[in-house]
Amino acid sequence: MAWRDAKASKVRLLLFMASIILGIAAVVSIQLFSENLKDNIQRQSKVLMGADFIIDSRDEPTERAQAIIDSLNPDAREVNFVSMIAFPKNGGTKLVRVRGLDGDFPFYGKLTTIPSSAAASYQELGGALVDATLMLQYDIKAGDSIKVGEITLPITGALKSIPGSNAMSSSVAPPVVIPYRYIAKTELLQFGSRKEYQFFYKAPTADLEALENRIEPMLDLEKADLDTHTSTSRRLGRRYDNVGKFLNLVAFIALLLGCVGIASSVNIYIKEKLKAVAVLKCMGATRRQSFLIFLIQISGIGIIGGLIGTLIGVGLQELFPYILKDFLPFDVEIHISMQPLIMGVLLGLFMSVLFALLPLMRTWYVSPLEVLRIGGTPMEKPKKARLIILLIIIASLYAFSFWLLKDWQYSAAFVIGVLVTFAILAAVAVLCMKIVKALFPKWADFTVRQSLLNLFRPNNQTLVLIVAIGLGTFLISTLYFTKDILLAKTSVGASTENANLIALDVQSTQLTETITTFTDNNLEILDNIPLVTMRMHSIKGRTVNAIQQDSTRSIRGWLLNHEFRTTYRENLIASEELTQGNWVSNHTTKDPIPISISDNLAQDGKLAIGDKVVFNVQGVLMETVVGSIRKVDWGQMQLNFSIVFPKGVLEQAPQFNVLTTYVPDETRSAKLQSELVAKFPNVSIIDLRQVYTIIEDILQKVTWIINFMAFFSILTGIIVLIGSVRNSKYQRVKESVLLRTLGAKNKQILRISALEYLFLGLLGSLVGVLLALVSSLLLAILVFKEPFVPSAVPFLGFLPGISLLVLAIGLSNIQGVLKSSPLEVLRREV
Amino acid sequence: MSKILKINGLEKTYESGSKKLTVLKNISFEVEQGQTFSIVGPSGSGKTTLLGLCAGLDKPDAGTVELCGHDLSALNEDERAQLRNKEVGFIFQNFQLLPTLTALENVSVPLELQGSNNAAEVAKTLLEKVGLSDRMHHYPSQLSGGEQQRVALARAFSNTPSILFADEPTGNLDDETGEKVIQLLFELNKEAGTTLVIISHDLDLANRTQQILKLKGGQIVTNQTTATF
Repeated sequence: MAWRDAKASKVRLLLFMASIILGIAAVVSIQLFSENLKDNIQRQSKVLMGADFIIDSRDEPTERAQAIIDSLNPDAREVNFVSMIAFPKNGGTKLVRVRGLDGDFPFYGKLTTIPSSAAASYQELGGALVDATLMLQYDIKAGDSIKVGEITLPITGALKSIPGSNAMSSSVAPPVVIPYRYIAKTELLQFGSRKEYQFFYKAPTADLEALENRIEPMLDLEKADLDTHTSTSRRLGRRYDNVGKFLNLVAFIALLLGCVGIASSVNIYIKEKLKAVAVLKCMGATRRQSFLIFLIQISGIGIIGGLIGTLIGVGLQELFPYILKDFLPFDVEIHISMQPLIMGVLLGLFMSVLFALLPLMRTWYVSPLEVLRIGGTPMEKPKKARLIILLIIIASLYAFSFWLLKDWQYSAAFVIGVLVTFAILAAVAVLCMKIVKALFPKWADFTVRQSLLNLFRPNNQTLVLIVAIGLGTFLISTLYFTKDILLAKTSVGASTENANLIALDVQSTQLTETITTFTDNNLEILDNIPLVTMRMHSIKGRTVNAIQQDSTRSIRGWLLNHEFRTTYRENLIASEELTQGNWVSNHTTKDPIPISISDNLAQDGKLAIGDKVVFNVQGVLMETVVGSIRKVDWGQMQLNFSIVFPKGVLEQAPQFNVLTTYVPDETRSAKLQSELVAKFPNVSIIDLRQVYTIIEDILQKVTWIINFMAFFSILTGIIVLIGSVRNSKYQRVKESVLLRTLGAKNKQILRISALEYLFLGLLGSLVGVLLALVSSLLLAILVFKEPFVPSAVPFLGFLPGISLLVLAIGLSNIQGVLKSSPLEVLRREV
Repeated sequence: MSKILKINGLEKTYESGSKKLTVLKNISFEVEQGQTFSIVGPSGSGKTTLLGLCAGLDKPDAGTVELCGHDLSALNEDERAQLRNKEVGFIFQNFQLLPTLTALENVSVPLELQGSNNAAEVAKTLLEKVGLSDRMHHYPSQLSGGEQQRVALARAFSNTPSILFADEPTGNLDDETGEKVIQLLFELNKEAGTTLVIISHDLDLANRTQQILKLKGGQIVTNQTTATF
């Protein structure tokens, strides 16, 4: 019976199936694309590191550490240290980071040199690669020589970029790369000098998380450390997180749009079938039988729709690299995993049945009396059943969003957000009907009155269409606004607010003149940060030495030997957020000094509010207490600190300053650098533009993906919207045919429909855009933690665009009436 | 007497899949102004198709229809709609009221379409005549079948048509209600002097009209004046 009935309603069922197909195609392609994107981003993050993972040690690895390192079979190794070098050509000297490299490093990304052949030949030629800016500063050319410790090497080329040289904390000094085999000959690796041994691994298929969990504790005991490329990408900050969140939001929204399509199609489909159900019941069909007929139909359509949607989703994936070859800024490698495919088909079935349940319930409660009278008998109100179904829908939405977002709070916020939006839209629709009814313009022309009557009379589509149009507009506008928030964030380095040149080690006596040098070059000082170096002496009453001896300690080893660069200031800065305790601006008493520590330091040092830490500040012991804990966004390109002191304590301690500025171009950067080096050779300068180049490259790619995904989802939304409005066709066609039979002209019928749909489109999309504005503001504040400047596009583009789209679809609905003869349509429709 | 409806050599064929089904074949007849006329025949004889063609709801494959002096084949869809709006009234077997409008509004529609200012008053008067003065603000779903057909009757006369087509007007009503509706139909018709074309398979009803056209298999079997007149 289900099959026989379905055969007779092919067109309508196809419309319903279209909603599922589109929704599922969107989810599957976004899920697959999102997975592929994650892979691609991960590959990009490998470029930052040059390897899949690195084991590093601050000292020559212990025997046990070396055994672990060797067992994993390193593909390349490096030792690096900070040292002064000299250029014999002009006697210039400079503090640099010497990197002695052995092996084919980097495995990802590349050494960029001038000339480019130098990257491949320096090992064989036994030459050095010297930081390009440094060469510019000292007027050094390829072919000149450099003296590193006891040896002098020819300079093979200028080093533009090298993986692993991006973080300012690890490369205070510009890099100079030499072959590993010359390191011993430099005689710079004396006992006690600060150096770092790194072992690089290429293992694209390794389970890095498992490796980290297994190896990290062992290495920790041996004062060595494991770094994976995933942790590198984590270090890059919240940007990746946000992209991930955004893509999940897109998938969530795409499915919701599909569900709106399913719900509205089934609603109208079942409404039209109620008479048939009543007939079946008259003939003796039980409630269960009549319910099952349609449940089986919907399930079948759900599975077929899910399958077709999944195939389309996969097809889109396969097509992406071909269609978008010229537009994509990088090669996306596409591979199809099974999980989204299975999920696609299951989701098709589950979501169809779930969202069809409410309208399907009507078949359960429809009275056989319906056969005798059209809509005359009030239907039994299945309140309890409706409530249960609504709860199941909400729970399923929550489960689905949790599956995508992996965060119960965000999931709850999204589901509540959607429900509130739904409720507001429904309330607006009801209110609008009441207002139109109350202020009905009896004086107006027949067509105007007729179109307004259609808004609140029985069988009106005001509620359904305003909710569908409003929800659709809301979702796509939210996507657009959110995309803006994300893209605004990615324009790092382009604005003058971000420093791209940092002068380190400015002594107190040099400060005034250094500032003058900056201002003479028309460069504004963005930050002037005092730095005081210190080490931990004791933690919670136990000396660092005692803790180091303790093999059962839970405190991470790195901080016991670490030379902390700390600062003091009165306020929190933009990249910080207080999570525990109280921020103290000034300290003047003799009590232990209340300091603020970063959350990762609190975690690694097992420190909590009130814990005492004694620091050795260049020979002077200073007693402090943890007064507050901050969450620090290390991804933001500014100087962040693990430890911040209040003012009034460290002012007299030996210190140096860090100055930052924004330099618009390389020439001005070089001019400033050579002036500063001539005056103060000890001042180290970091030009962050090299770092920015790498990050901007990644962000550009991410920007493209965000734009594409948003566009794809918006397109899906529009198609589902078309489906919703098309579904209202059957309601209006019959009325238009009757009017036509009674003598209405084409113009009159068009005008009635046009006004009705224009009103619905305008109201639905206006409320949708306004709600999106509010939700995006909340998202910006609560999720992305970014300022929100709303774009005008949803107001100037979406609002009129969607209104006109609704109008166009609405008018196309009655084209059949205008073109064919009334009798033909009457016979077909009645 | 002048002829209000002239049918000449009318043919209509429908395509059902690859098969062609001839519904009407070589139909010719005339209806005089003010006459009551009925078209009778068994189910599937082509009655409703013929009515649709006469009223300009559909186009014939061959032959001509002249309604109120207008050759329908020379008019476009809008012109035919305008002609219907001014000169034609309809009554359907299944009432065909607009479900979103009240009884009063349904009756007003033909006049509203003309842009008339006193549509509501005319509608009220007609509803009073058909005995529905207390049901004016009810929606079709709130009315019984007989009441709905009386609303349809009032609507059919609201634009003071020259000719009224009634397709099985009692088909969905019980005998008693059907009889009342028919009496009302004839009374209103007499009062307004409208030409009435009724389609029915009920010979008793047909016998109450002045002329009966019998159809079978899409062809005219007889076209005769009834004995009572």
